[in-house]
Amino acid sequence: MIGLTHYLTVAAIIFTVGIFGIFLNRKNVIIIMMSIELMLLAVNINLVAFSSALHDLVGQVFALLILTVAAGEAAIGLAILVTYFRNRGTIAVEDINLMKG
Amino acid sequence: MAIPFFFYLFSILAVASAVLVVTARNPVHSVLFLILCFFNAAGLFVLLGAEFLAMILIVVYVGAVAVLFLFVVMMLDVDFVELREGFLNYLPIGAVIGLILMVELILLYATWHIAPDLIAHVSSPQSDSVTNTQAIGLVLYTKYVFWFQTAGLILLVAMIGAIVLTMRHKPNVKRQVIADQVARGPATSIEIREVKSGEGI
Repeated sequence: MIGLTHYLTVAAIIFTVGIFGIFLNRKNVIIIMMSIELMLLAVNINLVAFSSALHDLVGQVFALLILTVAAGEAAIGLAILVTYFRNRGTIAVEDINLMKG
Repeated sequence: MAIPFFFYLFSILAVASAVLVVTARNPVHSVLFLILCFFNAAGLFVLLGAEFLAMILIVVYVGAVAVLFLFVVMMLDVDFVELREGFLNYLPIGAVIGLILMVELILLYATWHIAPDLIAHVSSPQSDSVTNTQAIGLVLYTKYVFWFQTAGLILLVAMIGAIVLTMRHKPNVKRQVIADQVARGPATSIEIREVKSGEGI
């Protein structure tokens, strides 16, 4: 019988893979953004699994809002990336220290 | 019988394609595996009874976000081999941290249970008489309309931000400037010269 724990485990594995991807591709900001998308997807799976287990629709409404934020984040991030590439000719994130923060 | 089979099919494919997203050599392959991962997650959503969210996931992620990634990967002329330098240096520390986190999360999920009286306190119970899409609509446009509008505002800001960031005017390209056209009058566009009769200009 497939229960709530199974879905949560799958989401945990996908979330961890997202974190692992950020460590692995520290220079390639496109893969880092894809890893962030994977982590947001894992969060969505968690919310929908809880929504289904509790028979509560709020989880699905939350997942819808996270979907919106993820789409906006991807659009803004890629726009910044395109502008950065146009100015610098590279997308290596290790070089982004212009502001010395 | 069918539900466990499809659960394991979707989840194994989703996890495998997630791993391939972060390890693939070519970023175009990464994006394609990301699309595969989203499709399998949508399958999991259908198994959970969230059909509307599953279809939205395919429309938004596969139709918009993944295509946006594909577009940027193909448009930028980047040497991706150079960016993979140090890939193996970061592998051990990333694997250790990821493994610790995963073991902790799974241990937590294995030992933790929902409080039994929580079911009685849910705020928007799901009724079986309406479809999933209709049920979401019934709560999203009434109880959560403020959050719905906020989500729309976030999308508007994201759209304006993306346009402002990427739009640029080349200096030597002629464009229509409406203000200049309206401001133009006889004084700025007509030159009157005295011409003596019998001679040209």
